[in-house]
Amino acid sequence: MELPPEAAGERAGVRAWPFVTGWLRTQAGLVPKVRAAWGRGDHLGALAVRLGIGRDKYRLAPGLYALGEPTRSCPVIVTANYKLTFDTLRRELAGRSCWILVVETYGINVWCAAGKRSFSTDEVAARVKAAHLDKVVTHRTLILPQLAMPGVAAFNLRKLCGFKAVVGPVRAADLPAFLDAGMKADAAMRRVTFSLAERLTVAFVEIRANRLLTLNVAVAALILAAVGPGGFTFGGTLAAAAGAFGVYLLGFTAGCMGVPALLPHLPFRPFAAKGLTLGAAVGFLAACGLARSLPEGLAVVLACTAWASWFAMHYTGSSTFTSLSGVDREMRRYIPVQGGLLLAAILTWLISSWMGGAS
Amino acid sequence: MIGLRYIEDVVTLAYDREKCVGCGACGEVCPHGVFRAERGSKAELLDRGGCMECGACAVNCPSGAITVKAGVGCAQAILASWVSRVPFLKKTVNPDSCEC
Ligand code: SF4
Ligand code: SF4
Repeated sequence: MELPPEAAGERAGVRAWPFVTGWLRTQAGLVPKVRAAWGRGDHLGALAVRLGIGRDKYRLAPGLYALGEPTRSCPVIVTANYKLTFDTLRRELAGRSCWILVVETYGINVWCAAGKRSFSTDEVAARVKAAHLDKVVTHRTLILPQLAMPGVAAFNLRKLCGFKAVVGPVRAADLPAFLDAGMKADAAMRRVTFSLAERLTVAFVEIRANRLLTLNVAVAALILAAVGPGGFTFGGTLAAAAGAFGVYLLGFTAGCMGVPALLPHLPFRPFAAKGLTLGAAVGFLAACGLARSLPEGLAVVLACTAWASWFAMHYTGSSTFTSLSGVDREMRRYIPVQGGLLLAAILTWLISSWMGGAS
Repeated sequence: MIGLRYIEDVVTLAYDREKCVGCGACGEVCPHGVFRAERGSKAELLDRGGCMECGACAVNCPSGAITVKAGVGCAQAILASWVSRVPFLKKTVNPDSCEC
């Protein structure tokens, strides 16, 4: 039996998400029914979190949800409680009926949560029991996202909660085909990808994530400009600081956007080395076009190279194929290089100005 | 993932073929096709260098045939873990934080 959508609207102190359309009465109590289609709020929220805004609060309550008109034999799909993950899942399953079991991952996506072990065997088992899933469905199978498997030991799940795990595809978009094939994934569904679009979508969060650093760089540029390169005038100091800050922005763009875009085409395996390459090239072009003296041009190339390498190195966390051992090694090797380059850039900039350079 | 390969010689993945009971799990869970495994025959380690050390295979291997130093290849998380070991800076970071 089903309650009308109005019932989903509000009760004392609690209001339902706009995607809840009603409540389904099951043997384990009321389960919220959700729609597949995205509303305006879902689109806006997705855009905001892509830009890094409100990401830590973009979560929904764990528990059981019903998509479409699920019956007791419909599949149960497990997912994380990052709202963008949940939204993507219900959108990709449009037109189908199934149960969605959301586990508590503290608003973190499936893969990162599995890596941090909050998407774990125990958590899945606990949510199965809390939802009394054994009363809601007659089968005993859960479909887990493949990328949850670093956190979930499938062979233990049955012992813990009586449900057996089937490893679903990597991407929610492949779920319909997976279900239609009788819960079988082909080789392509099992592999992660990192296409140009995927590489760039995850790059934008860096802008906001680095706002504190950016502010610090702006302040440091002003202070350094005041000690010499600004020619000890207010306007000169502002102009020199703006120039230095511009070089930072150039390095940031090369490392955060340029390296991801050109990732497969840049030489060397370490991301920091890819950043060095692109940063040097971009810095060289900028210096040729804008620098007024050789030392100034040199400083531009050095600083741009250092920043691009630093930001490219930080892009490892957004990629889908870097290993802990590899990133650890490249950080130990390249952070000293980046620091040295930046220091050399600053010294070149300052000393050339003290020696009556071009500023 | 053509052209997208990472540093290979530091990978900590180890596979002990002797111990494999042929359950097929590692082949199913690995997102990089490192193992080929079919139910009933021993798993083959196809592409050790493609391993990103996510740990899914080791966690899901019922016989302990696979070991790997699992973690997340994320510079920000590694930096946070380094800083969290410094006495005075300890409190400024969450050791496994990378804001994601
Ligand atoms: S650790 Fe992850 S990437 Fe490496 S072989 Fe195992 S499942 Fe594949
Ligand atoms: S998971 Fe372990 S036991 Fe199963 S096939 Fe792979 S190596 Fe063999």
